[in-house]
Amino acid sequence: MQQPIAATDDVAHHVETGALPHAAPAGTAPIIEVKNLDLFYGEKQALFDITMACKPNSVTALIGPSGCGKSTLLRCFNRMNDLIDGVKIDGTIRIHGTDIKAEGVDVTAIRKRFGMVFQKSNPFPKSVFENVVYGLRIQGINHRGVLAEACERSLSAAALWDEVKDRLEDSALGLSGGQMQRLCIARAIAVEPEILLMDEPCSALDPIATAKVEELIFDLKARYTIVIVTHNMQQAARVSDETGFFMLGKLIEFDKTDTIFTKPSQKTTEDYITGRFG
Amino acid sequence: MAATAPLPHPASAPAIRSAATRLSEFVFRRGEPMIWLTGAGLAASLLLIFGLLGLVAWKGLGFFWPRPLVRIETSNGKKVLGEILSTEMMPPEAGKAAESRIRVKIGNRDLNGLDFRWIPLSDVAKRDVPKEALLLERQEYGNFHGFLKEIWRSGEKLAVGDEKGLEMLTRRQRELRSRFVDLSEKEKDDVGAINARLEKERLRLRKAELAKAPDLAAVRISTDARITELQKQYESERERIETSRREVSATSAVFIDAAGREKTVLLRDIVRIVRPNDLALGGRASVYLSRIWEFVSGEPRESNTEGGIFPAIFGTVLMVVMMSLVSVPFGVVAALYLREYAVQGRAVRLVRIAVNNLAGVPSIVFGIFGLGFFVYGIGGRIDRLFFAEALPTPTFGTGGILWCALTLALLTVPVVVVATEEALAAVPAGMRHASLALGATRWQTVRRVVLPAAAPGILTGLILAMARGTGEVAPLMIVGVVKLAPTLPVDGVFPYLHLDRKIMHLGFHLYDVGFQSPNVEAAIPMVYSTTILLLLIVVVLNLTAILVRNHLRRRLFSSAF
Repeated sequence: MQQPIAATDDVAHHVETGALPHAAPAGTAPIIEVKNLDLFYGEKQALFDITMACKPNSVTALIGPSGCGKSTLLRCFNRMNDLIDGVKIDGTIRIHGTDIKAEGVDVTAIRKRFGMVFQKSNPFPKSVFENVVYGLRIQGINHRGVLAEACERSLSAAALWDEVKDRLEDSALGLSGGQMQRLCIARAIAVEPEILLMDEPCSALDPIATAKVEELIFDLKARYTIVIVTHNMQQAARVSDETGFFMLGKLIEFDKTDTIFTKPSQKTTEDYITGRFG
Repeated sequence: MAATAPLPHPASAPAIRSAATRLSEFVFRRGEPMIWLTGAGLAASLLLIFGLLGLVAWKGLGFFWPRPLVRIETSNGKKVLGEILSTEMMPPEAGKAAESRIRVKIGNRDLNGLDFRWIPLSDVAKRDVPKEALLLERQEYGNFHGFLKEIWRSGEKLAVGDEKGLEMLTRRQRELRSRFVDLSEKEKDDVGAINARLEKERLRLRKAELAKAPDLAAVRISTDARITELQKQYESERERIETSRREVSATSAVFIDAAGREKTVLLRDIVRIVRPNDLALGGRASVYLSRIWEFVSGEPRESNTEGGIFPAIFGTVLMVVMMSLVSVPFGVVAALYLREYAVQGRAVRLVRIAVNNLAGVPSIVFGIFGLGFFVYGIGGRIDRLFFAEALPTPTFGTGGILWCALTLALLTVPVVVVATEEALAAVPAGMRHASLALGATRWQTVRRVVLPAAAPGILTGLILAMARGTGEVAPLMIVGVVKLAPTLPVDGVFPYLHLDRKIMHLGFHLYDVGFQSPNVEAAIPMVYSTTILLLLIVVVLNLTAILVRNHLRRRLFSSAF
């Protein structure tokens, strides 16, 4: 997966040469690195000079008022912005040192390294089982035993197995809202991604379902690196290790969650967190 | 208002204004008349539709019910035996009182020249309903109304016109008729097969001649030998059939009509014998059902005004199915490109407008295009390339079921495109994003998520296309639908489905029977019956598609709890 290191100074600086990404011990080399990222929708600039890094097996929360560009940044990571016409991106994004914007990079291969959970749960109009194993089928895995094993593992990891194990063949559209969102999480982790991107995963859920998903995020942290966009500051405070605060396309502050919520270095951050605006 | 009338003018002005306001409020603000209006519109449409259906069903299905045969003696002493179909007012003449007349189907076209007679009610001197009257449905010349006189077999009188004779007539007719039908089928199959092989030999020789094959002489000798052999087979087959035919044709019956004229009819030529005046309700019902069965499953007789319309049903259904097989994949692929791949902009908008307009082009234009492009263009080329030995007789260079299906497919593709595009647009973007985010390619996303989710909508397009295709007549008249097709497009001879054959079609059948028939009066009931059948086929085809669609919907969007 890792591109040969044609060793720009940047790369050498951040990545231990030859170290396998999966072997990197937790908490050391960042898994996602964003450097001087500018993003334009046509003429309009949506992100300004973003530089940040996410550590492996941690939860990074992106907070900020609506339209501040946090979802846009999330979609940059797995290049979902390619689907929008007229998007132009400057700067670098590296995943395990691999520049995902380099020429000739296989977009689908990049996307396979990420799992993505959307604001609105979007199960396919298929059975629960087929929803979970969709990513595997895409990769050409059709062995029934492998799929069944992956299905149980992912649904268990998403804390949904006990609720749906008797109706795997029923349509996924018959599940409740919270179940659907957890199903989407199961679907995302079925392909064993390295990173989970969550775009306001709880904004359409009731408090009980939200609590379940948050609990889940806590559990998933052991195995995945998670980046979560949220409007809910309590949620960010509860689940994340690090938090980035965005405003009008700029990353105002990026620090440990505790620091951000207790003694932020920027006045704007403090105003936002204490509810003085936004 | 009445109470305010005595008041002086200035005071009444606000009252008038308030009445106008009240009215406008009633009409527009509360909007109740609008509700009535829309309701009335719906009611009127429903009334028209069900009125039409009712009329067609009544006239079309009532036709098969056996009516009594009435013997009518007119004031000038003439007698006729017939079914009274209707009573109508005569066109008024100057200086005369308005008068009614009856329309009588007297049959016996070979004796009377016309099957129908109109008799003024004042002219009817005597009426009765003779119990022993017979109605013969014949292979030729339409119905015969009369009485049995004698039954003959090879110069020997078997029976006279009493109860015993009638019983024998029915029994023998049933047996001889079925043998005769079998014989005709056999002749068509066996002799047809030999003819097909003869034609093949002739074409093989012709092909060798055209190719100037070096072994032409040898080919000629071997083909000639086979042709001689086949001709011998043909002769012996004919001989055998001729013998059986003579046997079947030996028995005949002599009938007399109401006026006393005699008519000899071969028993094998009688399709059905009914004694309508001596039938209980059960007997009538059985005649009714047997007539309907003949109508649905039989071949047409007497230039389509009698008999069945099975070839037309078969041709229509087969052609519509073939059309769907072409137009649906074609339309779906086009819509997929427009909606999923093309960059949405001016060009795509133009294409969309063009597609929508294509659906509004008069269908005859498609027919002319089909004739020029498919029949003469592609068909002519196929003939020159693959069937050169058969020329100048065209094989594909003339109308046929394939060209009918393709022309109609062209006509219905816009319908499929529009419906599919709508269905694709209705698939939530979230589903596409979820699939793409899992590393699926665009095509994988389309095939595994978008198309299944859009399938019910695509089937709606199929339903619309089928309804449109079934009802179309004009373009088909010039690309391969005929008044009377000698053979079905499917039979037991390789390659079983003959794409080059001409077909019969219910819509064209309607036009032909109703307006091109030599015997229009007799054909009217056929028009109604054919209409009801055409509607029924549309309903059945649509119902099938709707059931499939609902099944898909259930599978996709619901669950078991």
